[in-house]
Amino acid sequence: MDADRHAVATAEPQRRFRQDPLLIRIPLILAGIVIVGVLIVIPVVNVFYQALSHGFGTYWRNLVDDADTRHAILLTLIVAPISVALNVAFGIAAAWAVTRFRFSGRTLLVTMIDLPFAISPVVAGLMFVLLFGLQGYFGPWLRDHGVRIIFALPGLILATTFVTLPFVARELIPVMEALGPEEETAALSLGANGWQIFWRVTVPNIKWALLYGVILCNARAMGEFGAVYVVSGHIAGQTDTMPLRVQKLFDEYNNPGSFAVASMLTSLALLTLLAKVWLERKTRREIAAGARIGSAVPRIDDIGETP
Amino acid sequence: MKDLGQPLVAGRILPGFRLSLGYMLVYLTLLLAVPLAACLAKVSSLTASQFIAAVWTERARSAYLLTFGASFAAAAINVPLGLLLAWILVRYEFPFRRILDSLIDLPFALPTAVAGLVYANLYVKNGWLGQFLVPLGIQAAYSRLAIVLVLTFIGLPFVVRTVQPVLETIDAEIEEAAASLGATRLQTFSRVLLPALGPALTTGFALTFARSLGEYGSVVFVSGNIMFKTEIAPVLIVNQLEEYHYAEATAIALVLLAGSFATLAVINSLERWSRRHGC
Repeated sequence: MDADRHAVATAEPQRRFRQDPLLIRIPLILAGIVIVGVLIVIPVVNVFYQALSHGFGTYWRNLVDDADTRHAILLTLIVAPISVALNVAFGIAAAWAVTRFRFSGRTLLVTMIDLPFAISPVVAGLMFVLLFGLQGYFGPWLRDHGVRIIFALPGLILATTFVTLPFVARELIPVMEALGPEEETAALSLGANGWQIFWRVTVPNIKWALLYGVILCNARAMGEFGAVYVVSGHIAGQTDTMPLRVQKLFDEYNNPGSFAVASMLTSLALLTLLAKVWLERKTRREIAAGARIGSAVPRIDDIGETP
Repeated sequence: MKDLGQPLVAGRILPGFRLSLGYMLVYLTLLLAVPLAACLAKVSSLTASQFIAAVWTERARSAYLLTFGASFAAAAINVPLGLLLAWILVRYEFPFRRILDSLIDLPFALPTAVAGLVYANLYVKNGWLGQFLVPLGIQAAYSRLAIVLVLTFIGLPFVVRTVQPVLETIDAEIEEAAASLGATRLQTFSRVLLPALGPALTTGFALTFARSLGEYGSVVFVSGNIMFKTEIAPVLIVNQLEEYHYAEATAIALVLLAGSFATLAVINSLERWSRRHGC
């Protein structure tokens, strides 16, 4: 988008009536920089400053020597990919069903996909406790069969998957809608079977949107706090993910340790932003007209879309 | 449900309808419908008077008031901030503009727990920003102000990202016409541009509000969670849950859900309205 805007700005000379005087422009720009500086830049710098305030050696020991922190990192690296994989499969199926066929109830289903964004993460966690907790509807049966969902890994995966459910589907649906079924129909008429059409026609067409969805989904999955907090039971070394570990260390007044874990999560967020910028440039170049990533209006929890 | 699969083009040409729709339905049922049903079932186990007793305690009332009030304040603050940021990003050229543009999205990418942790640290007495604010009597950590502040951070991208595309597509000729008819820049802005941005600003406001209602991770760090003072509804739900008051927790959750669903309904009708009126 920046490139486009830049091109427009140079191609079409700034017209006088549209240009604000310097006396307005400069204070507004400064105000904008101050807002972003105070709300976003200072906090990010502060995370790294606090994490490294006792030197790099302490920082490293905070991450590596603490068995519970190590386990939290490992757990996040287990939970997030599983949730992302589940939601990728769902996103592809949903996008295929919704954009390649018309059926009654279709709009309702599309609305349902967005529902997790409207549900407080805490409430999401609560719903799974009501189902699978010891006093929940399936609790006694699960206990008799020796299955643990709440306060265990399956609960963490369920809660994370729920919260991140819309991400991939929401990126794929508008892109596949814009692409239309023509290429796939052509492949079919040339004798390709379903999987051939999918792998050779659909996947190459949607790969960047898919990657975009995966990146956003992963960022949220690794950072999810509320939903996971409710179902985890906060057993150190067992059910603490990285964001939960941040809180536990904070509660134990271990600020350097807490900020060390937080700095890893912040790095992940910065990497996500970089990947997002890179992907947006790439798709802009590849698809000059027609489909673009994402929908026009950002929804709750969406990483902002830029057209 | 019998005539599912009416074709997109003549004849249901493409394969995979049953597989993809079936998978989607099973997934949504297991992950969404069943848990929501469990919520409703739990609440329906309460009698009407028990339900009211659960959702309308003094503690719960002050939690709703704080949740809705702080969310409203954060969304209201974000309207002028977001408009200003969208304006300078679309209209002006300045150094680091692209970096600024990318940074706007950080609140979406940053885990909320990290946001809470760092905001709690910045505004305490010896924090980077608190050292200037606390002597002035501004307590922006462990207070209601802290909640509004962190919610403002969480919601910052919404208004910017809803206003930005609309601002980009506003025709230069409209402003030209206003100017040629003798309007000053301020008049053009308030009488021509602002009304055109109205729906986008309202949508941005509503999105920030809805997001803030359910926010937990960041608030729990900065608020101090004092009953009647800085306890928001999601924190109250967790507290009830930890005391094994499942039905009460669910009842309060239902109130919160009703709030966010209502907000989303407003957003959807706004979008439909602005599409019909071609804004």
